[in-house]
Amino acid sequence: MDLFHNLAIGFSTAAQPANLLYAFFGCLLGTLIGVLPGLGPLATIAMLLPITYALQPDSALIMLAGIYYGAQYGGSTTAIVVNLPGESSSVVTTIDGYQMAKQGRAGVALSTAAIGSFFAGCVATLALAALAGPLTAAALLFGPKEFFALMLLGLILASVLSSGPFIEGIGMVVLGMLLSLVGTDLSTGTQRFAFGIPQLFDGLDFVPLAMGIFGFAEIVKNLEQDDKLSLVTQKITNLFPTREDFRRMIPAVLRGTALGTLLGVLPGGGAVLSSFASYTLEKKLSKHPEQFGKGAIEGVAGPESANNAGAQTSFIPLLTLGVPSNVVMALMVGAMNIHNIQPGPEVVTKNPTLFWGLIASMWVGNLMLLVLNLPLVGLWVKLLTIPYRYLFPAIMVFCSIGVYSINSGTFEVHEAAVFCVFGYVLIKLQLPAAPLLLGLVLGPAIEENFRRAMVLSRGDVSVFVTSPLSATLLAAAAIAIVMIMLPTIRSRREEALQE
Amino acid sequence: MARPTIRNQRAFASGALFLAFAIFFFVMALNYPAGTAARMGPGYFPRLLAIVLAAIGLAVMLGAVLRTAERQRLRSWDVKGLAWVTGSVILFALLLFPIGLIGALLVLIVVSSRASPEFAWKGALANAAILIALCLLVFVYGLGLQLPVWPALLN
Repeated sequence: MDLFHNLAIGFSTAAQPANLLYAFFGCLLGTLIGVLPGLGPLATIAMLLPITYALQPDSALIMLAGIYYGAQYGGSTTAIVVNLPGESSSVVTTIDGYQMAKQGRAGVALSTAAIGSFFAGCVATLALAALAGPLTAAALLFGPKEFFALMLLGLILASVLSSGPFIEGIGMVVLGMLLSLVGTDLSTGTQRFAFGIPQLFDGLDFVPLAMGIFGFAEIVKNLEQDDKLSLVTQKITNLFPTREDFRRMIPAVLRGTALGTLLGVLPGGGAVLSSFASYTLEKKLSKHPEQFGKGAIEGVAGPESANNAGAQTSFIPLLTLGVPSNVVMALMVGAMNIHNIQPGPEVVTKNPTLFWGLIASMWVGNLMLLVLNLPLVGLWVKLLTIPYRYLFPAIMVFCSIGVYSINSGTFEVHEAAVFCVFGYVLIKLQLPAAPLLLGLVLGPAIEENFRRAMVLSRGDVSVFVTSPLSATLLAAAAIAIVMIMLPTIRSRREEALQE
Repeated sequence: MARPTIRNQRAFASGALFLAFAIFFFVMALNYPAGTAARMGPGYFPRLLAIVLAAIGLAVMLGAVLRTAERQRLRSWDVKGLAWVTGSVILFALLLFPIGLIGALLVLIVVSSRASPEFAWKGALANAAILIALCLLVFVYGLGLQLPVWPALLN
C-alpha cells in the first residue's frame, strides 16, 4: 500500500531526534499559549516565524504545527478548570466542562477532553494521509480559472464563517486584497502603492500586520476589560471516567471526530467552527438535552474531539492545493516561503519527506500532548496566577524582537506599530481581522490567476462559468452567499413588518 | 418621512472606513495604466477591487441608516492604553540601534507596563530585569540573532 509506504517515510522523518525535540517544543509552547488567555497561536506563530529561519524546513513546520494543535489541548484545560477559554475554539467547552468541574468532576472532564482529542488527532492524521494523494492529483488538473474560482470560494466561506455581518467580512477580504497589491507588480514590474519606500517594494509583510493586530492591539483590548480571574482551584483527583461516562462519551467522540475532520477540510473552516457545530449536534441528538449546560459529558467530548480533528485537517487544502483555509494556515504559507517552499501540489512530489514527516509528526505530537496535559494539569493551572500586568510586557518584548528579526531592521517594527492602531480601530468597529489577513495572503495569487485566465480567454469573463470545474466552485460560493443572506433577509422583513 | 438618523453608528463607521480606503486606492491606482481586460495593466485589478470595496462600503453605510437597522453606538476608546502600547513599540524601534537592546527593552517594558491600570514602578522594573536576562539568554546567546546588545557609541 502506498499509504503505508508514505507513512513509513513520514515516521522515519518525524522520529529523528531533532524533529522529536521540535515537535515536543511546539506542543509544549502550544499548550502554554492555549492555557494563557490573551495570547493565541496566531501571534505566537507570527512571533516565531522569523526565528525558524535557522531551522531545517521540516523541523520548522513540525514545530509550528505543534503550536497550532497543541493550543487546542491547552485551551480546554483552562476552559474546564477555571471557566476561561484560553483559545476561541474552547469557548463551548466552558459550558459543560466548567459545570463538571464544579461538581468535582474536573479530572473526568480533563481526561475526556484529552482522550477525545487524541482519538480525533489519530483519525485526522489518517484522513490527511489518505486524502493527500487524490487531492494532489486533482490539483494538477487546475488551471488559472479553476484556481481563481477556488480561492474566491475560500475567501467567501471564510467571511461567511467569520463573526459579524457577512458583508463586512467580505469588505475586509477586499481590503486585505487591496493591501496585498502594495509592492512590485509581477507582470509589469511597476511599483504600486509603495510611495518610493524601498522596504515596501516587496509588499507589506504579513508578520508585522498579524503581530500588530493579533499581538499589540489585542493587548490594548485585554487591558480595557479588567475583570479579575476568579480562580476556583480545586484538587483534581479522579481522572478516570466511569463506565457510564464511557458509554455516553464514545458516540460523542466519534461524531465530533467525523464532523471536525470534514469541516476542517472546508476552506474557511477549522477548529472554531468544528467545536461549535459539534456542540449543536450533540445537543440536538441527545435524549437529555436539558442536561446540557449542567455538566453533560457529551458537551465536552464532542467539541474537544471536533476542534482537534478540524485543526489538523485544515492542513489539507494548504498542503494539497496551496490554498490556506484559515489565518493560521496563511501564516504557515509564510513559514514555507521563508524556506523557499511553494505550498501546493508540488510539495508532495518534490518534498515527500517534509510532507509525510509533517503528517506523521502530528500523530507523535498528539501522543506527547496526552502525556503533557493529563499529569501536568496542576502546573498549567498555576500559570494562570501570573498577573496580566507582568504577562503582557513579555508578549510585547517577544513580538517586538520577532518583528525586528524578519529583516534585522526596525522598519517592520514601525509597521507593526501602525497596524496596532489599525487593529484597535477594527476591534472598536467589531470588524473581523481574519478575512483581512486571508485576503492579504491570497490577493497576489488571485490577481495573477485572474489576469492569466483573462489573457487565455482574450478578455472574455464568461470562461469562469463555461468551464465545469470553476463553474461548480463558483456555484458553491453563490450558494454559500444565498444561505447566509436568507435568514437575515427573512428577519429583516419580519422586523419591518412588526414596526 | 423622518430625517434619516444613523441608527447603527458602528456599522456606519465601518462602511465609511471601507469607502475611505476604496477612494484612496482608486485615486492612487489612476497613476498606473489600466490596460484592457485581455491584457491587464498594473492599474486594472486595483481599480476593480476599489470599486467593489466602495460598493460594499456604501451598502454597509446604507444598512446602518435603514429603519430596520439595529441600534448600536460606537464603543468608547481607551486612547491612553493605545498610546502607551503603540508608543512603547515605536520607542523600541527608534532606540534599538542608538542605545542597544538592553536599554531599548527597558524602555519598551516600562513604557508598555504603564498601559496597565495596576502599574507600579517596582514590579515593572523587576519584570524588566527578568525579561531582559531571558532575552539575552534566548535570543542573543541561544539563537544567535543579529541584535545590537550595547549602545552604538561603544562599538
